[in-house]
Amino acid sequence: MTSYLEFEKPIAALDAQIRELQTTATDGGLDLSSEITKLQDKSARLLARTYSGLTPWQKTQVARHPQRPHFHDYVGAIFTGFVPLGGDRLYGEDAAIIGGLARLGNRRVMVIGHEKGHDTQSRIHHNFGMGKPEGYRKAVRLMELAGRFGLPVVTLVDTSGAFPGVEAEERGQAEAIARATEACLGLPVPMVATIVGEGGSGGAVALASAERVLMLEHAVYSVISPEGCASILWRTSEKAAEAAEAMKVTAQDLLRLNVIDRIVPEPMGGAHRDPLAAAAALGAALAEELDALSVYSPAALLQRREDRFLAIGAL
Amino acid sequence: MNWITRVRNSLSRIGKRETPDNLWIKCPSCREMLFAREYEDNLSVCPRCEHHGRIGAEARIVQLLDPGFMLLPAPRVREDPLLFRDSKRYPDRLKTARANYPFADALTHALGAIEGQKLVLGVQDFAFMGGSMGMAVGAAFVTGVEAAIRERCGYVICTAAGGARMQEGILSLMQMPKTTVALRRLKAAGLPYIVVLTDPTTGGVTASYAMLGDVQIAEPGALIGFAGQRVIQDTIREKLPEGFQRAEYLHAHGMVDMVVHRRDLRETLAQLLDYLRPAAKSA
Repeated sequence: MTSYLEFEKPIAALDAQIRELQTTATDGGLDLSSEITKLQDKSARLLARTYSGLTPWQKTQVARHPQRPHFHDYVGAIFTGFVPLGGDRLYGEDAAIIGGLARLGNRRVMVIGHEKGHDTQSRIHHNFGMGKPEGYRKAVRLMELAGRFGLPVVTLVDTSGAFPGVEAEERGQAEAIARATEACLGLPVPMVATIVGEGGSGGAVALASAERVLMLEHAVYSVISPEGCASILWRTSEKAAEAAEAMKVTAQDLLRLNVIDRIVPEPMGGAHRDPLAAAAALGAALAEELDALSVYSPAALLQRREDRFLAIGAL
Repeated sequence: MNWITRVRNSLSRIGKRETPDNLWIKCPSCREMLFAREYEDNLSVCPRCEHHGRIGAEARIVQLLDPGFMLLPAPRVREDPLLFRDSKRYPDRLKTARANYPFADALTHALGAIEGQKLVLGVQDFAFMGGSMGMAVGAAFVTGVEAAIRERCGYVICTAAGGARMQEGILSLMQMPKTTVALRRLKAAGLPYIVVLTDPTTGGVTASYAMLGDVQIAEPGALIGFAGQRVIQDTIREKLPEGFQRAEYLHAHGMVDMVVHRRDLRETLAQLLDYLRPAAKSA
């Protein structure tokens, strides 16, 4: 069952009513189908209306929805023959950043991304998708491997940010992120990054410095969380909604700013309402992107990637 | 007054002493009262406790470079494309910051030499909006690196920043890959990149160009890290270790090559630039 967000309360109320009628109909052997259909239509219309006008802060909540599909859901639905590869060969294995070999149709690729987990236990295991230095160093290792074997790199970005902790700092979180960004920019193979949920700051950009950057329709991508921005600039995290508005965090804003290249539509009411449909749309978009990039030489790919980032903010 | 006038005006001021002889200041670390002039003559390092004070771009350039350097013009960038407003409009914040500052933004470059070794020196100044990295800093960085490539000399940057400039939102984040693109070109040209981490260097600046040096130098006691200490404390809910995120701590953890006292910085840079001479151009 879908868990509703705060701003979906009116939809939740309608859906509860529908379920009640359905129970009454079943228990009492009554035919309430016309009432039920009417309410279902109303609920669907309300959902469509709500989701066509989401504010940046509402989108942030959708992007963080506990039931939103994550890395493993997408990999399971889009790719076949996934062979996860572990460890950075330097310190450890980071379950917040997963990567491995996979097939997208008949294309062999390296897929890397953040995994947030789906219940308490798995969220703790994956550290809520907050990567540590070893995760970013593993990503570098896998990118280099992909480069040597001519495998395009597909990344799925979904993190509130890199892990802020003592041991992460000790092991060089900043350096690890910087090197991962550098590794993206030096890939001699096509790279397509997609922000599937939250694209949080340096921890996201380290896996998203690609020549093609996609975003799911309700994903968000920002330099700092709206709460973090609000607590610094407004001196209270309660102004998060205003901060989200001011920072321009939505896919629609970022497309206008040329920070991303393409928006992948989500099922009505967000990816969590129909994860398989969301995955199918993403899979189709990725296939198109990879095929379009397959014609470029390694030098041309590097050039495209460099030009893309040098152009951002140019007069 | 536009920034060019300001640069010109500041040029005449550079190297001149502005501090009155009788002014006292208090060392922010040991609280000792010091003659401002004595402190300045000691490169803004406390003679008692060796605390390295924060210094501006002008002072840093004059301290490090041989006389006869040339300031590089700051590139123009789009200003306030997000029309950002918190309690103040971002253009108003910029205006205030520039009113008391000789340069256009937080990163200033000079082409010059250290003991005869040619280099482009970038100095990021915490005094200008916390040294924060926005489009102007990113564009200046690219310009500085391009000048080094053109002049076939090393590129040295003294970093200082709280992180990315939030008022530019995602566009500030995009300066991380942008500056990294410039560094890839510097590397490809066979030129050395030396980073001097000064107090404080944190956030997206640390997580991009500040940690990609061929040689990493840190000033004593400088705060250097990715995440802010308050954020870390809120996450782990424990006391942070002694000296956490300070230059010496990074050195002990293998994150910087050396911690260098400000009085030895010129000599160290000269030596490094001499060793890491531009690779001969392949035919």
